[in-house]
Amino acid sequence: MARALAISAIVAVFLAAPFAAPSYYVGLLTKMLIYALFAMSLDLMIGYAGLASLGHAAFFGLGGYTMALLLMRAHASAWIAFPAGLVAATLGGAVFALLALRARGSYFLMITLALAQVVWGIAFGWRTLTGGDDGLPGIKRPVFLISFADQTPFYYLVATLVGLSALAMWAVTRSPYGLALRGIRDSETRMRAMGFNVWRHQFAAMAISAFFAGLAGCLFVYNNRFVSPDALHVVTSAEGLIMVIAGGAGTLFGPALGAGVIIFLEDFISSHTQRWLLVLGVIYVATTLFAPRGIVGLWTDFSTRKRKP
Amino acid sequence: MIWVIHTLNGVSLGMLLFLLAAGLSLIYGLMKILNLTHGSYYLLGAYIGSTVIQTTGSWALALVVAPLIVAALGAVMERFFLRRFHLDELPQTLLTFGFLFIIGDVCLWIWGGDPILLPKPALFAKSIDLGGLSYPEYRLALIAAGLAVAAALWWFQERTRIGAMLRAGVDDAETARAMGIDVSLLFTLVFAVGAFLAALGGVLGGPIIGASPGADFDVMLLAFVVVIVGGLGSLRGALVGGLLIGLLDNFGKIFFPEFALFTIFVPMAVILSFRPTGLFGRA
Repeated sequence: MARALAISAIVAVFLAAPFAAPSYYVGLLTKMLIYALFAMSLDLMIGYAGLASLGHAAFFGLGGYTMALLLMRAHASAWIAFPAGLVAATLGGAVFALLALRARGSYFLMITLALAQVVWGIAFGWRTLTGGDDGLPGIKRPVFLISFADQTPFYYLVATLVGLSALAMWAVTRSPYGLALRGIRDSETRMRAMGFNVWRHQFAAMAISAFFAGLAGCLFVYNNRFVSPDALHVVTSAEGLIMVIAGGAGTLFGPALGAGVIIFLEDFISSHTQRWLLVLGVIYVATTLFAPRGIVGLWTDFSTRKRKP
Repeated sequence: MIWVIHTLNGVSLGMLLFLLAAGLSLIYGLMKILNLTHGSYYLLGAYIGSTVIQTTGSWALALVVAPLIVAALGAVMERFFLRRFHLDELPQTLLTFGFLFIIGDVCLWIWGGDPILLPKPALFAKSIDLGGLSYPEYRLALIAAGLAVAAALWWFQERTRIGAMLRAGVDDAETARAMGIDVSLLFTLVFAVGAFLAALGGVLGGPIIGASPGADFDVMLLAFVVVIVGGLGSLRGALVGGLLIGLLDNFGKIFFPEFALFTIFVPMAVILSFRPTGLFGRA
């Protein structure tokens, strides 16, 4: 009951935001939602499948670049380019899984980082196709029956897609498949002994995760009307990582919250000082040392302590 | 003759990459830590080196002071931060990423955003005649320095008592500890040596690659490519990997200018696919 109330309140706030907030904040909220989707997709891998990746930006960028290239170079309609971005990201996830799933732990981190750098290298180097460092400017926001060019309609498009995606990911984690995935995270050998195909479960987790990361990437490109190799950079992967951990891995809600907090802080601190990266670095260190289970973990500790006198 | 020059360029870059990758490889071999701060050690080494040269005018002093300061930083990072998360790769990744951002921003704060090139030492500032083409002496000195460091590291690892302890630790840290080897001290020492070598690479590479915001990322990624190709935990792998990547980068830029980075990353992806432990790595 309390949870239903909380969820309705959150939905109401997001629906009412464009009427109450100045347009600058609607833009900021759009960005928060897009990163929340990106962080939740990474949480599927880290928090549920137990696969910490340093290459998640590759799926984000593959989605965004594929869509942008089709729009700008092939002059395809958004009806084709947008779904194609999602397909490309999902295929990217499958390829990464084929190459990286043999390894675990720090080797998995390194291989995903290396593979993501290959994608970044293509976007950065192949100037005639991707525009290299300059990226692809001048992308128009989509017309799906109605135009989503203005900030408010675009915000509602993003909010709807992110909300539906969150629901879908939540359903995945609650499904028998999601439970098996969590079993694998906790003890791979035990699940294998019980007859689960560990590889296939993890492969599917990476493909699903890449799909949602690709969706976030497409929305990101539409939001900025621009894409550059920065979207594929290891910094983007690292930002996803800190959003997941600072929020609380394995909770979906936590990483979304973490994304909102990091994006807000970036906006707030960047407008006051030039030392945002220094602050971000301190957030990484402080989170690791003092809040390894994130905001959600801190809250759980706090509320259980309160209940027990 | 032009090919001799291209090859020498590749080899000198390879030697530099060896310096950067050797520490990264040793640190991973012993502690299983992916040190994402490694490129920052290079950047700090180059910046501190430039300041030392500017204030004292002594290149030799920079070559000693900058690596020592950075080595101390590496030791502090290991002792007071990374140690708490032994064999726990996610917090280690976050911590080293945090330090990467912090050091990068502090460098930007102190030394500004303009790229700098260190001056060449007066001793090797000239060019020599190489069959009609002039070639900078400094690059040849760099190759010699790389070979000297490789020889010294080999001697350290194979012929000294601490080297034997290090090899024991890489093979099996648990058993080494049980045999009475002070693995804890070894961890700090190896981290400091790794940071020292990367900063040395910063001073030595300063006149060629220089220092600029973002170089920390570029160097870190290059060093990772080298250790992935060569195999983690292996000095020989770092040397061979460094030379291979140095040459590939140089010839790649000549033959496929559009795909400059690609000529490095593709061999890496191929090696990862067929031999995930690298050329000289052990499973």
